[in-house]
Amino acid sequence: MTAAIKKIGWPRMIISVFLLALFISCPFAGVNYQFAITDVIGRFGMNLVLILSLVPMIQAGCGLNFGVPLGIVSGAFGAVCSIELNATGLFGIFTAMVIACAFAFVIGFLYGFILNRIKGDEMIISTYCSFAFVGFMCMAWVRLLPFKNAILIYGYGGNGMRPQVPLSENWAQILDKFLHFKIGPIIEVPVGMLLFGALCCFCMWLFFRSKLGTAMTAAGSNPEYARAAGVNVDKMRLVSVVMSTTIAAIGMIVYYQHYTFVQLYMTPMNLMLPTVAAVLIGGAALRKATIPNVIIGTFLYQGITTVGPMVAGSAFADIADALRLVISNGMILYALTRKEHR
Amino acid sequence: MNMDTDNSVLRFENVGKSFFGNRVLKDISFSLDKGHILGLVGENGAGKSTMMKILFSMDDIRDTGGFEGAIYLDDKKLNFSNPMDAINAGIGMVHQEFSLIPGFTATENILLNREFTKKSVVSTVLGKKLSTLDRHKMNLSAKEVIELLGVNLEPDMLVSDMPVGHKQFVEIAREVNREKVRVLIFDEPTAVLTESEAEILLKALRKLADRGVAIIFISHRLHEIVDICDSVLVLRDGELVKNVTKEENYTVQDLAKWMVGRNVENKSSARKKVLENENDIVMEIKNLWVNMAGELVDDVSLSIKRGEFLGIGGLAGQGKLGIPNGIMGLAEAGGAVTFNGRQFALNAPKTALDLKLAFVSEDRRGFGLLLDEPIYWNVTFSAMQVMNKYLKRYVGLRLRDDKEMRQTAQKYIDSLEIRCVSEKQKVRELSGGNQQKICLARAFDLEPEVLFVSEPTRGIDIGAKSLVLQALRRYNEENGVTIVMVSSELEELRSICDRIAIISDGKVAGILNSSEASEKFGLLMAGLSAEKEGA
Ligand SMILES: Nc1ncnc2c1ncn2[C@@H]1O[C@H](COP(=O)(O)OP(=O)(O)OP(=O)(O)O)[C@@H](O)[C@H]1O
Ligand SMILES: [Mg+2]
Repeated sequence: MTAAIKKIGWPRMIISVFLLALFISCPFAGVNYQFAITDVIGRFGMNLVLILSLVPMIQAGCGLNFGVPLGIVSGAFGAVCSIELNATGLFGIFTAMVIACAFAFVIGFLYGFILNRIKGDEMIISTYCSFAFVGFMCMAWVRLLPFKNAILIYGYGGNGMRPQVPLSENWAQILDKFLHFKIGPIIEVPVGMLLFGALCCFCMWLFFRSKLGTAMTAAGSNPEYARAAGVNVDKMRLVSVVMSTTIAAIGMIVYYQHYTFVQLYMTPMNLMLPTVAAVLIGGAALRKATIPNVIIGTFLYQGITTVGPMVAGSAFADIADALRLVISNGMILYALTRKEHR
Repeated sequence: MNMDTDNSVLRFENVGKSFFGNRVLKDISFSLDKGHILGLVGENGAGKSTMMKILFSMDDIRDTGGFEGAIYLDDKKLNFSNPMDAINAGIGMVHQEFSLIPGFTATENILLNREFTKKSVVSTVLGKKLSTLDRHKMNLSAKEVIELLGVNLEPDMLVSDMPVGHKQFVEIAREVNREKVRVLIFDEPTAVLTESEAEILLKALRKLADRGVAIIFISHRLHEIVDICDSVLVLRDGELVKNVTKEENYTVQDLAKWMVGRNVENKSSARKKVLENENDIVMEIKNLWVNMAGELVDDVSLSIKRGEFLGIGGLAGQGKLGIPNGIMGLAEAGGAVTFNGRQFALNAPKTALDLKLAFVSEDRRGFGLLLDEPIYWNVTFSAMQVMNKYLKRYVGLRLRDDKEMRQTAQKYIDSLEIRCVSEKQKVRELSGGNQQKICLARAFDLEPEVLFVSEPTRGIDIGAKSLVLQALRRYNEENGVTIVMVSSELEELRSICDRIAIISDGKVAGILNSSEASEKFGLLMAGLSAEKEGA
């Protein structure tokens, strides 16, 4: 019994039970659980790829990617470019992804280069990188980028871009609507988005079964060993950072299309902790993360942070953000202080 | 119990342990007197380290469901909840694997965690109080304990820059240098030491015992056990099969027999194969220098004949370990090394591996193993990366073939008699000796033309030792692989090698045939003779 719990892990155990309790208490709190389920599915699909993006860097030994905002901003950049170009529909989201990936590739390369120079302090430096880059991009959104499209720019003659750019004219919910169906009158299943997430997970799984993926895992597990086996550890780390940043950018496009808005300025920072926390809740360690970790973590974290506020919100005022913060920071603290075999 | 309880410090009563249904210790009872040295011997995986981990209350034990039976310290039943409790109760442990902080100096490591024994550090042993922990006093304290051990060690040196033997002494110094140590556990402390270093350590142990500390000493070098222990426990498959005292006059052979449960012959069969061509040089080393911490190679020139079994010996710190590390690109090196007549780039591990050179490092936990991955990964990883083995095409994608990897691992588990639950077990869970065998399997799987092995028998039991040496010999004779073996045990080299190069002061002091008289080797090791003679 205790051995079984150990295997699942206490935090996951507690959070699962908590989530179950939340669902059960829905009717008592006057929350329609059908709405709750729809929301959980939606937020699960919306965040899955973003959280998946952490895996390469964890596996390569670069730690938890607190630089995920770099990928997020790249995604935002791709999205606004596609709007500027008036690209719509499937072509539109495709354009956004291509531009986002190209941008993320360059950013990821520079970021990886930095991380290779400060081995051991990745998590601190990546947080700095996030703040610096997101800050820089704020200036870009206000002034540096020569965008003209009316959807992007503040209406009344001001300059700079809107903090919330609507996607409704371009490719809002384009993945969601693919093969989309309803269960009953309320519950919606965004099949396209879930399929896309599953596809990304599958590709990741394949990658870690390739020679390169195996080498990356070994480089994270014991860099000295990997080096002795002829693996270029710095290259593995660089590849992992580029992968993580690029996948985060793609994940963000998925996120925006479901959310139907592109959020600019400081908002990418708000996603940093929740992303990292989710993969930890899923059972990932600082140097080991699996696809099941990602799926379980995304589900549990998004489950709690969607249903929790719904239920609690009926009793107290809006505590959604407070709860999210407590859970994210708590999980990160737990993971960082947990005794690690090294 | 009504033994002379006055002197007894430690008592085990019916202690047992299993890891998830895999029983590794059964019904162990014994008692240990003050000032006595108790030897603990047994094959790899017999349960020695596990027994000591129980006493020290390590996490591995508690996380896997605790243990059975009871342990008494001074007739008080132990109820530790972590190693800190054990330390506070006066138990110290030198682990089989290092637990030092590489970026700290020797002094800092020795005095680490001193907060736990607040008021004094050197106290019991040296009778000196240390109320504040300023650097000067820390240095003094460290120096004193280093002197007590009788070893030549630089207190200000970073641990990461030390040769492995010195690291071991730092670790020992840390344990010795605690207030009120009552029981000290040494888990294979001599495995990484050269014979001369080991002698120093054994003397230090005796000194400690004379001061009243009870010592538990684990070693696979059975003569050390015979030399210094007051009594010996022999473990076989987790059972206590023998508990003898010095008065019973046991010999190394007796211990070996009890350990394995049958007679162990130390056969060193005559070499079957002679070299086809004495002048066929497979590797030519010219003016090699290697910058390796504690093992500097200055200027080594050496010709390795195709198909030979060459030994490289010498005292610790003289540079013998630097040679393979330099050639294999693991330590910064320069000079000219030609393989099959072609010079190749140094400082590039991949180049060396692609040429079909392979290396079993003496640094098992550093270069040798992926501790958190399964056995089959460890065995096959290098061959996959270097030779593209174990990759299978699935609709255009080349993916890992786990099944084939596992089969290969199983093959080596059988042939090297690796003790494990299955090939999927994490290497961290294996006993030290079995980890060593995994390192060998990995090198064999690379199918090298020249195989360098550094200290291949370090930490493995007497039965497994001959198994490993036989395996190397067979590999050499049957597959025609040239083997270069670096070892600090001269007798081991002489039992298996054709020629032995002795390294002294970073240079080749001389090359001798294994059959030469041991005095000649001794002279070369001392760097006395410059006579160079090939075979
Ligand atoms: N954490 C663990 N989980 C599972 N099995 C373990 C664990 N630790 C040790 N074992 C198993 O217990 C057995 C005894 O291991 P132990 O380390 O005590 O051997 P040992 O006598 O010290 O051997 P060696 O001489 O090789 O160091 C081994 O078969 C090992 O695989
Ligand atoms: Mg052991």
